[in-house]
Amino acid sequence: MSKTIDINLVRHVGKLSRIELTDEQVQTFAGQLASILEYFDKLQELDTEDAEPMAHAVQLHNVFGDDEPACSLRPDEALANAPQRDGDFFKVPKVIGDS
Amino acid sequence: MIETNETVLPVIGLEIHVELATATKMFCRCRNHFGDPPNTNVCPVCIGMPGVLPVMNARAIEYAMKVGLALDCSVSGFTKWDRKGYYYPDLPKNYQISQYDLPLSANGHLDVPLADGSTKTIRVLRAHLEEDAGKNVHDNPAHTGVDLNRAGVPLLEIVSQPDMNSVEEVMTYARAMQRLVRWLGVSEANMQMGHMRFEPNINLHVTSGPETYKTPICEVKNLNSFRALERTVAYEIDRQYAQWKQDPQGYSIDKLAKENRGYDDAKGQTVFQRAKEEAHDYRYFPDPDLVPVVVDDAWCRRVAESIGELPLARRGRYMSAYGLTFKDADALTQDAPTGDLLDAAVTAGADARRCVNLLLGRGAAVANERGCAIAEIGLSATQLTELAKMLDAGQVNATAAGKVFDLMLKTDQAPGRIAEAEGLLAVTDTDQLAAWVDQAIAANPQAVEDVKAGGKKQKRAFGFLMGQIMQASGGSAPPAEVQKLLRDRLG
Amino acid sequence: MDEILSLSALELRDKIAAREISAVEATQGYLDAIEKTEPQVGAFTQVLAERAQERAGEVDKRLAAGHDAGPLAGVPMAVKDNLATPFGRTTCSSKMLAEFRAPYCATAVEKLEAAGAVILGKTNMDEFAMGSSTETSHHAPTRNPWDTARVPGGSSGGSAAAVAARLCAAALGSDTGGSIRQPAALCGVVGFKPTYGRVSRFGLVAFGSSLDQIGPMTRDVSDCALLTNVISGHDPKDSTSVPAEPPDCLAEIDQPIENLRIGLPAEFFSDALDDEINASIRQAVEVYRSAGARIVEVSLPHSRVDRDADGKLSSYAVACYYIVAMAEASSNLARYDGVHYGHRTAEKTSDIVELYSRSRAEGFGEEVKRRIMLGTYTLSAGYYDAYYNKAMKVRRLIKNDFDAAFESCDVLLCPTTPTTAFALGEKTDDPLTMYMADIYTISVNLAGLPGISIPAGLSKAGLPIGMQIVGPALSESAVLRVARSYEAAGGASRLMPQLLKG
Repeated sequence: MSKTIDINLVRHVGKLSRIELTDEQVQTFAGQLASILEYFDKLQELDTEDAEPMAHAVQLHNVFGDDEPACSLRPDEALANAPQRDGDFFKVPKVIGDS
Repeated sequence: MIETNETVLPVIGLEIHVELATATKMFCRCRNHFGDPPNTNVCPVCIGMPGVLPVMNARAIEYAMKVGLALDCSVSGFTKWDRKGYYYPDLPKNYQISQYDLPLSANGHLDVPLADGSTKTIRVLRAHLEEDAGKNVHDNPAHTGVDLNRAGVPLLEIVSQPDMNSVEEVMTYARAMQRLVRWLGVSEANMQMGHMRFEPNINLHVTSGPETYKTPICEVKNLNSFRALERTVAYEIDRQYAQWKQDPQGYSIDKLAKENRGYDDAKGQTVFQRAKEEAHDYRYFPDPDLVPVVVDDAWCRRVAESIGELPLARRGRYMSAYGLTFKDADALTQDAPTGDLLDAAVTAGADARRCVNLLLGRGAAVANERGCAIAEIGLSATQLTELAKMLDAGQVNATAAGKVFDLMLKTDQAPGRIAEAEGLLAVTDTDQLAAWVDQAIAANPQAVEDVKAGGKKQKRAFGFLMGQIMQASGGSAPPAEVQKLLRDRLG
Repeated sequence: MDEILSLSALELRDKIAAREISAVEATQGYLDAIEKTEPQVGAFTQVLAERAQERAGEVDKRLAAGHDAGPLAGVPMAVKDNLATPFGRTTCSSKMLAEFRAPYCATAVEKLEAAGAVILGKTNMDEFAMGSSTETSHHAPTRNPWDTARVPGGSSGGSAAAVAARLCAAALGSDTGGSIRQPAALCGVVGFKPTYGRVSRFGLVAFGSSLDQIGPMTRDVSDCALLTNVISGHDPKDSTSVPAEPPDCLAEIDQPIENLRIGLPAEFFSDALDDEINASIRQAVEVYRSAGARIVEVSLPHSRVDRDADGKLSSYAVACYYIVAMAEASSNLARYDGVHYGHRTAEKTSDIVELYSRSRAEGFGEEVKRRIMLGTYTLSAGYYDAYYNKAMKVRRLIKNDFDAAFESCDVLLCPTTPTTAFALGEKTDDPLTMYMADIYTISVNLAGLPGISIPAGLSKAGLPIGMQIVGPALSESAVLRVARSYEAAGGASRLMPQLLKG
């Protein structure tokens, strides 16, 4: 039984991932993602009723830093890798409204 | 207009984002400071460069706990961090470190006073920590600039239950929250600096006859002034009612999804925002770079003990213990240090009423002039105590006390010494008093006649003579005594 | 010059400290080797010759003045190009970061330099560490020095090949699902992934944050212990860094292993295991038995490796690993958007969404895109429980299996890889086939345990075979000791690929 993925779902995931996909890529990915997801589905065969989810590989907690200022970068250093800058700002196409 | 068989109940919940006044950011040690030149308080961590890692700010946790406890929330013994994913240029990692299913504190409340004298309890669902985003700057019409100074600043998100039912309740709750966070010293809550932002969720329950209709919930994001909040809520109530009126069956919470709107200050109205189809798919998952926070009882107790008396409790105490009116008690509990002054003076033996009059009289006037809190005008508890006692003992009269008060603010000299130096001590020498009274009588025969004649002119004439005597004494004559002497003289 | 290249890092360090060889000579020796052999191997993304020579000169100066120049003084090393350095670029072998210059340094690299090591350059890798063959690199794939038509493994293929081809005395790699151990096995070198949290991840460009670790790749086990000592330790800049003081891994490395219990996980020795690899490991078992170790059978039920009806390898642990790794990766790579750094599309874009989408489409290769999309999908609304949450629970079960196994043994011995080095292009058609290359290594990352791959001989075709030793958390010292024991008993080490003999 082969899993298939709806093309629209692939496009949707592409949008969520902010990756532009050509039609050809959508098709190819649909096939590949389907077979990989089918593989992932195998996990449903396992009984995980009593298992506590494991998000970390270490058993640490309460790791803090003190509220003491340390060196920041100068704007030139901060923006040295910026693809585009406007003075001391990172420059992007106009965005509407604020987040 | 609302029909006579209709009742419209606005149902409003409010999310308040509070920037915490820590020295550094939530997950890095860049300065947390408003108004600096762009991108001067940034580092690889808050810029989200490849390979960097976040480290929690201990003080931010403490401040957040303080607020949670002050709101009577349960502070979670185990809390963790989650990544909230969305793409925006002021969010450099394109995810925000926040808290999803295990917030730092939950299930509390804030009691707010209403104009009619009653108190309403607004339940707080949760208060959790997250990092703020940077700022998109739109000065240039052709493009947007991004300043990351604010990116990573600790933000406490306080979410209420939809317990508010009017603009008044919303505004009172919002102001009470501002007062509380300032009181606790965890945030300056300065609106101009963007320390507090509001996001109301509003809908209406319209009861028409036997039916109750619920309009779709509308959320308005990012309001950064009280004015905007007030106008938004008022506008939304009207707008939703009007929409419902047009389509009572269709404009319903069951049929339409939650709406996101923005506030347009120029138009004074909310506007529909372009729907972001994956707006709600934040794909939360536990942040693998941060380990959980475990809060044990001892830590919780330490923070609770550092809180002290809360504003509403203190207000109640002032009313019952000092017999103050609600108005006066409320004015004295806008911030902690002002009340601390009063309490210290009373503990040192001063009369509460006297102190209150000084604080809310001359004290408030000076504070208003300077745009600061009463506790910040330069008055010490010792000075307040002594001046209040001097008034009680009649060593200065009210006018003199006012002058001494102003002079006291500039130095830390004792009021007694100031009064003496300025010749403001009340004159107790009865001969001197008698002399001034006699002088005034002698110089103003017309007024004397009017007093003796009785009738309408008497009161004014008496007052005039009193004024002359007070003037002659340079304000140092005790009015009560002078009045007695004058009456005796005039018969 | 050849003498320099044949010395282990430790030996070279000693000779430099004794001033028998200068650091400058050692560095020059390796730079010459790079010039000669690198064109056939392609291990480096950048060779930083000038800086290396300068640093070597500084080491010599310090030694001349009678100062201690550090436990790695003058040792020429290479570091994987996903370790941020304030010198050169940090590209992750991706077009997305082709020009990125970090204003900070990975803690592990800082420690190397503080110990006196000379960094020769940055090594090639699978793009953003996503791959098992170094074929997803934006640059040309690195070639296996044992057979240049074959892959060196991945994602630390460049580092493995550089060590194997003697283009550096030792290297650093990173391991998320086997990316140090697998290429080490395929290239016939030692590759060690310490306990999660033992080495600071600060400056390691994140792929799967709860799985990533930096580790040494070396010619022999003692070098590995030396490097582990240098790079280990708590780092306040990494909240997941273990506070415990690390042990001196060299101190007890030659201690005998009598009565040490070595566990063989039954599920890793199923008929899915290649016969030759099985035979090599069985031989090693005998070596250990002779050394006095006790061999026990243990079980790791959830890490079971099967071969299905079509002959394809299959494992729950691989599914679990990829769900977790891809989910974390989709989030970790969200920051690469052409705004603050990295590749931005040169095409005109009308809005920010287009800017993101096109820049990322241009900047990322296919495998990276695939993983980001799968990760996004498994975290998205409606799927979180079925995939990510389920995987986190299976992860717990896998970890529990290891904990249970370590109650009856001190370390585990098992294969590193299902096959020896495969041909370039052989597994690139079907992503799943490539994923199975990690079948014996990924459980160790899921459990956060230390694991090492050491050479265990050559196949009949003359290709290196590796075997893996895994220990409980924070048992680096024991793991290295067991590895050393095999090596000292005549096990394979410092193998010389054909390339260097010609």
